[in-house]
Amino acid sequence: MNVIILLLIASVSVAALFLAAFIWSVKNGQFEDDVAPAVRILFDDKPAVKREAEVKIEL
Amino acid sequence: MSIVTTITPKCYHCGEDCLTDSIHVHEKDFCCNGCKMVYEILNQNGMCDYYSISNNPGTSQKVKVREDKFSFLDDEKISRSLVQFTDETQTHVTFYLPQIHCSSCLWLLENLHKLEENILSSKVNFEKKEVDIIFHHRSCSLRKVAELLTAIGYEPYISFNDMGKKTPGYNRSKIYKLGVAGFCFSNIMLMSFPEYFGIDVKEQSLLHLFRYGNLLLSLPVFFYSASEFYISAWKSLKHKFLNIDAPIVLAVWVTFARSLYEVFSGTGGGYFDSMSGIVFFMLAGRVLQDKTYRQLSFERDYTSYFPVAVTRLSEEGAQSVSLPDIALNDTLLIHNEELIPADGIITRGKALIDYSFVTGESLPVEKEMGEIVYAGGKQTGANIEILVIKEVAQSYLTKLWNRKDEDRTKDEERSFVHLLSRYFTWILLTIATIAAVYWYMHDVAKMWNAVTAVMIIACPCALLLSNTFTNGNILRRLGRNHLYLRNAQVIEDIAAADCIVFDKTGTLTTGLYQDIVFEGSLLTAGQKKRIAALASQSTHPLSKAISVWAGEKTNLPVHNYREFPGKGIEGLVNGELVSMGSEAFITQQISASNDGSVVYVAIEEKIVGRFKFHNHYREQVPEMLQQLGKRYRLAVLSGDNAGEQPYLRKLLGYETTLLFNQQPADKLEAIRQLQKAGKKVMMVGDGLNDAGALLQADIGIAVSENNNNFTPASDAILSAAQLPQLVHLIQLCKANKKVVMAAFVISVLYNIIGISFAVQGVLSPMIAAILMPCSSISILIITFGMSNYFGFREHLK
Repeated sequence: MNVIILLLIASVSVAALFLAAFIWSVKNGQFEDDVAPAVRILFDDKPAVKREAEVKIEL
Repeated sequence: MSIVTTITPKCYHCGEDCLTDSIHVHEKDFCCNGCKMVYEILNQNGMCDYYSISNNPGTSQKVKVREDKFSFLDDEKISRSLVQFTDETQTHVTFYLPQIHCSSCLWLLENLHKLEENILSSKVNFEKKEVDIIFHHRSCSLRKVAELLTAIGYEPYISFNDMGKKTPGYNRSKIYKLGVAGFCFSNIMLMSFPEYFGIDVKEQSLLHLFRYGNLLLSLPVFFYSASEFYISAWKSLKHKFLNIDAPIVLAVWVTFARSLYEVFSGTGGGYFDSMSGIVFFMLAGRVLQDKTYRQLSFERDYTSYFPVAVTRLSEEGAQSVSLPDIALNDTLLIHNEELIPADGIITRGKALIDYSFVTGESLPVEKEMGEIVYAGGKQTGANIEILVIKEVAQSYLTKLWNRKDEDRTKDEERSFVHLLSRYFTWILLTIATIAAVYWYMHDVAKMWNAVTAVMIIACPCALLLSNTFTNGNILRRLGRNHLYLRNAQVIEDIAAADCIVFDKTGTLTTGLYQDIVFEGSLLTAGQKKRIAALASQSTHPLSKAISVWAGEKTNLPVHNYREFPGKGIEGLVNGELVSMGSEAFITQQISASNDGSVVYVAIEEKIVGRFKFHNHYREQVPEMLQQLGKRYRLAVLSGDNAGEQPYLRKLLGYETTLLFNQQPADKLEAIRQLQKAGKKVMMVGDGLNDAGALLQADIGIAVSENNNNFTPASDAILSAAQLPQLVHLIQLCKANKKVVMAAFVISVLYNIIGISFAVQGVLSPMIAAILMPCSSISILIITFGMSNYFGFREHLK
């Protein structure tokens, strides 16, 4: 019986982890544009994204 | 029909046919110097990969961008409203580039730093067609960045509308809600298995654990994810209307309340799985619908058409001012191809104003010094100066746009689905009451059981689900064929229309080309050359068209060239007097016939003939009109002259209303008359001159060459190239109702089976739990299958 409770906690927390990952990816803007990243990865010389400091854009 | 057999070389940059064969570099042909220049810039910087990623990736550069067009970006106030973020060294800015369309674009725009070292990074958002640029503002300016983009063929589109307010980000809250609902739904399903399949009596405590677990997991669904529907239902209730979300809310609440009761009283496991399932599927439908609509703006007003700033001349010299700062009695300098922002009087220069945008006339109007020009006209030719006599917001055009239609009562919730669901709700409540009364008399203990079971099983979610998914699927299909509707309601409106009104210029015809016919004595080669030589002297569009028609390049000398504004031109070509112009100018008499645009030609004062200009109809549009004419009442409203009347009459028959010389207000009135006669009117138009009519009509479809540019506020946007498909697109919209009805009938069947068990009070949670997803999923399959079948039958993409 204890095993079932343990399993239950494990499965729900794993699912919760995925939910958190999903929310993070939405927040991160990964669903904003689903064309560009797929194309970008095929370019040989990657555009040099050189930022001197990571600056948060405040909107 | 003749078939052109010669192969015209395609421009290496933009892929358009090269009409001249004189522009090439490195054995590559270009259609114009603009394209060639872009190539040279890229070549110098070793960025010709641009051309190898996609073929002819550029956009035509035929229309040159004025050199100091972006000088307004030097203005502190204007640039501040565009820039997103700035510190001591860096500036972040987002430009909207409507030209973005392929992977080459992406590659080039993300390699901007190779062209300009002060650009630190650039990142493209392909779906939004935006590029985020970070640059050093010490050694580079916003204007320079904009000019660099322009130089490589990506002129940023900066509209007055965008300023000050940030573009709203994609509404993420629904996605979060969907994520949460999905998480809870799947876990509740998992924990409901013991409930369905039974559990050993010895482990009853486990059952309680699962039940409370489900209860806990359903809380976020009930309070967070479902709030989407509460808000919408509450909004409609405030307007005293029972909208489509109200029954969903009812079902969710009843299910939740009963489940709570069962769990706390220990009588059962409740229906948390069904409740979260409804919420999850309905949310998924909404999110899909939203996604189709991220790109489009249906609510543009005049400000998105106008330039951001204009040049004001004052004693201190020329300076850029933004539109609201224009005051009465300011003197403005209007450049070639620039829109006149406010009504004014010409104080210098000769204006040749293209009002096609406002009125639909295809030919520019000439205006002399001292005459009034109205806002919205586009100057072609040399620069002019105007004295502002009305402020921007008070100008004729702006007023037209801001006109609020008081008598336009568009009931937002008049879909047949709403009607159906309302009846459905009443019938449902009646059945529940009857069941309650019956059990009250026979077996009181079973009463609540039966009533709530009826409510749950008969939740119209299958109907709503089928409606949302069918609409979503059809909207996407239409979108793939470049017809974008404002919302799902428009599908039904299109299906209900019985009268279609077209604008002519820019909608049925293209504004760009004209078909020329020469009538008169056969021209000798020498005469043709003389005509070409004279015509090439003038910038008037008709002269330009004639010189293209005459074709041959000539270097005959033209002496004593004179232009008579509004009348014609003349000059000594190779010693012979050639004159061209209006009938009155050449023949000294006016015939009563209305032949549209005609240019007479005389050589040595002897009339040799006349050129007749016809509008160039879009490909397959005449066929489409004939097809539509069989099923609909058609009408054509044109701001242009009646030159096309005979042709359209022949094409469309005598029942069709053809009205010419229509002012914007006339068009609106014509639509209103049709509506008074009981017609459901669909208006198809393009320009600003149609804006009022598009709003007045039951459905306004704006035709656009480019989906991201210039469309007046409307219910739908149709890409011009897809206009011939209109018949099929309308058919698909009509199929929508059939699909929803079919799905509804099936869901009613499910419901009848369910209810018949429920009213007897013998429906076990097990059967309910199986019936629910089964009905939902089978209905989804039916709606997708059927709508795709109809799309396939109409040969749509």
